[in-house]
This record gives sequence, C-alpha cells and structure tokens, in this order.
Amino acid sequence: MPEASRPPPRNLIASLALIAGVVAFVAATFSYTAGWFSPERLTPQKLVDGFAGPSGPPLGHRRNHAKGICFTGVFEANGAGSELSHARVFAQGKYPVIGRFNLGTPNPDADDAKERVRGLGLMISTPDGQEWRMAMIDPPFFPVASVEAFRDLQIASASKEPDAMAKFAGAHPEIAAFGDWAKSAPWTGSYAEEPYNGLNSFIFTDGSGSDHAVRWSLTPAAQPVPVPPEELAKRGPNFLETEITVRIKNGPARWTMRVTVANAGDPTADPSKAWPQDRRSVEVGTLTVDKIEAEADGPCRDINFDPTVLPNGIRTSDDPFPAARSSAYRVSYDRRTAEEKDYPRTGTGASQ
Amino acid sequence: MKSVQRIREVRQIQRFNPLQRTLHWLMAICILAMLFIGVGMVSTVASDYLTLVNIHKPLGIAILVLALIRLVVRLRYGAPPLPLDLPEPMKLAAYLSHYALYALMIAMPLIGWAMLSAAEYPVVLWPGVWLPRILPLNPSLHTLLWNAHFYLAFLFFVLILMHLAAALFHGLIRRDGVFDSMAPTLTHDEVAPAE
Repeated sequence: MPEASRPPPRNLIASLALIAGVVAFVAATFSYTAGWFSPERLTPQKLVDGFAGPSGPPLGHRRNHAKGICFTGVFEANGAGSELSHARVFAQGKYPVIGRFNLGTPNPDADDAKERVRGLGLMISTPDGQEWRMAMIDPPFFPVASVEAFRDLQIASASKEPDAMAKFAGAHPEIAAFGDWAKSAPWTGSYAEEPYNGLNSFIFTDGSGSDHAVRWSLTPAAQPVPVPPEELAKRGPNFLETEITVRIKNGPARWTMRVTVANAGDPTADPSKAWPQDRRSVEVGTLTVDKIEAEADGPCRDINFDPTVLPNGIRTSDDPFPAARSSAYRVSYDRRTAEEKDYPRTGTGASQ
Repeated sequence: MKSVQRIREVRQIQRFNPLQRTLHWLMAICILAMLFIGVGMVSTVASDYLTLVNIHKPLGIAILVLALIRLVVRLRYGAPPLPLDLPEPMKLAAYLSHYALYALMIAMPLIGWAMLSAAEYPVVLWPGVWLPRILPLNPSLHTLLWNAHFYLAFLFFVLILMHLAAALFHGLIRRDGVFDSMAPTLTHDEVAPAE
C-alpha cells in the first residue's frame, strides 16, 4: 500500500479509547471466568482447604483419606456386566488392579480405631489401554445430598460456634441417617471385612446403546466379625495396616463387585439416598487383593483415584459429586506431588 | 507479461494467503476458548468442570495439530513485510511476539499432554480414544510441568491481549495495511485480480 494513500485516523483519542476498551473487556471477561470477581464461587481449592485442621494440611499426603496402604491384585470379570456396559472391563477376563485401603481422615497419623469411615481406591486397567478408577467408602450412603451441603458441613465442623452442627443438621436433615449409621454400624478388625460402596451413580451403556443408571459396591468374601471400638483401641494405632499386611501374606482377600440398576425415578443425583433393596443387581466380577505395600514406596502413592476416569461404556450421570470430587482430587494431587520432600520415599522398596 | 507477473507477486505479498488467514482466525477462536476454558475449569466444582476438561484436552491436541500445520505453511509462504516506516522497536516487538506466540501454540499443548502423562492421567480425546502417555509417572516432573502450564497460560493470554491491541493500533491508528494483511474479509485483491 503506497504511503501517500494512507488515510489519517479519524480521531486519535477515540481510537485509543476503543483499543483500551476492547482489551479491557477481554481481560475482564477472562477474570470473570477465572472467578476473580466471584469470591463466593465454590472452588476446588476451597473444598480442599476445608479438610485441613487447625494445624494445617498433611504435607505430601492426600488432603483427605490421608492415611492409607497400597495393594495390588486382579479384577476378574465374569462377563455378566456386559449386558449393562460394553466397557472392556466387564468382558470375561482378568485385569490388573492397583488400589489403596484408607481411612476417611485428613490425618495421615490417625489412630485406626478412631476413624469411622474406611475406604478403598481402585484402578482397573484393561488391555485396550483404558482404565476405570473409583474411590469407595464403607457407609451405605453419603452424609450429605449436595456438594454445597458438603462444604457447609466442612464449615460447620470447623466452626467454634457451639450450635454450628445443630444448625447444619437442621438445614440438612439427611445427615441424621449418617449419624445413625456411624453409631450403630458394627466396627470390624480388618479392611478385608468391610464392604465398599461407590455411592455415586453413573451411566452404563450397553452394546445396543441403551443407558442404565447404576451404582456399584464391593461385598467382602471374609465374614465381618464385629469388634467393639474399645477393643480395637487396644490393638495399636496402625492395627488395620498390620492386620491386612499379615492377612494378605497368608492368602488373598476377595470382594464381589455388584452393580445395582436404578428403577425409573430413583434418586440418581443424590448419594445420600440409598436405592430400595429390591433393585435389580448384577454380580459382575471378583476383586482379589494379593499384595500389600506401604504407601510411601507403593504403587498407589502417586495415583489419583479420580472417579471420573472411566472407560468407554461408563460415563458420569446427573450426580454432581463425581465432578466435584474430580476437581478437588486434582487440587489435592497437584499440592501433594509438589510436596514430595515432606513425605519421603524410604527408598527400600518397603514391600511388606 | 513479466512485469505483470512481478506486480502480482508484489501485490500478493501484501496479505497473508487465504489458508494462512483461515488458520489464524480458526486458531484465534480455539486458543481464546482454550484459555477461558482453562481458567474456568480450575475454579469450579460444578458439573461444568468435567464438560470443560473434556473439551480442554481434545481442543489442546487440535491446537497442536493446527499450530504445526501453520508453522509449515508459514515457512512455505512467509509473511508480508512490515511497513518500511514502522519504528524499529515496534518491528522488534512484532518479531519477538510472533516467535513467542508460535512457541506457545506448540509448547502449551505438549506441556499439558506431558503434565497429564507424568501424573498418569489419561489424555482422552473422546470416549474410547486415549492418547498414549508421553512421560512416565514422575511427581517432580508433574509439578514442573504444572507450573509451566499454569504460568505460561497467563503469559500467553497477556501476549494475545498485546497482539490484539497492536492489531487494532495498526488498523485504526496507523492504517498501514498490517491489520488488513490478516483481516478475515476478502479484498478486491482476491475478488478481482489487479490486471
């Protein structure tokens, strides 16, 4: 373009103002999207911070379910799950697993006899390169109905107001059922005697393309033996880890995986509501745990048991928890992996 | 004939060719969307989180592919010269920012892919299609890549804002043809050949 033909700007100030305005608009939209104008937005950082007690988070460890021990084993699918989902993991066969027994506490040094909720993280790998990850707990339903209620529970639990929990229970009556479970469910002396429940609902898609809303759980082959918590307290702060290590040395532990299918109208978006007992359920396979390793050097240490890592044939449902858990687990993972020095590997390959 | 040919070449080089302009505007949309999705997804626990993550990964890979194509196209066809009267510091800023933009277009998706790999997360393009991991599980590498992905994203966004401001400066104030060289509209150059 010849220099002489270049028209002068109509109005320099107006043009500069327009440029500044466009740039400011884009920057402001970006800031809004990032939540910088929305301090009330429930972020995964807030949820993860909410687990930390007054002494701060457990550096180098998971921010919740911080105490745990790794296991490896096999998931053996019996083929029956294929009628519900075309995921490879349900085709008859044996698939390797990495998992983790854990306690529902942000304290990695917790006393095993004092923690009511026990959990199991699991990652099943199939030869098509896909994975199914999950993190389950032993109560039969979740304490609260929504992610916001969970955050309120964190706030109420940390509150110094004497009536904070009473107020919370008033606003979220579903917590009462969990309280009853915590009081009345028997304690056992072993991770191997616990059932583990997925609680969240997911959608299975079968080979014909039909969807099924499901939940799943693991039922132990070992007969649960109730032990009063006072008795467990005498066994030492790490009795669960010691017990499972000795038990698996003497032979594998097993669980049956059962997938329960919702009827139309069952609450799929609320994990605090168990589905009626008579719902159709399908035994899809057996989890066999045959090796225990300490977490510090174990294969589960740096795995995020993100419940939204799902193989083709399983997807999330309208249950809001898996998304929230995924985002919070991610923050927990990012933080703890940046704090490796606070949780040293022993370097002995401490296989027990 | 020879002179006509030369004039046409001189005229053509005033603008990026249609393929280059298509790539530019397509990628502009993709990259801006990507940056917004990125800051949005890490700041919410709502179900949108998964929707955004499920777009972020394949879109990142798409940007990587487009960026590599664009690099080849750029090396093959070049760029129109900057105006002769453009002050040297602005020329330098133009060259450096374009190197940085190309580097980020290619590096950001690779860093993201490597970061997910180092944490043993799947890189899911769409249900059933998982990309291979390009790094073994390694927490300290994951942290390094995470920091790079995080801070470079903001640098990328700032560079894009500067790029946008500079483009408008050329288009509205200098009116020197730089903006038109990448403008998405057809001009008479293409509608009717000059001769």
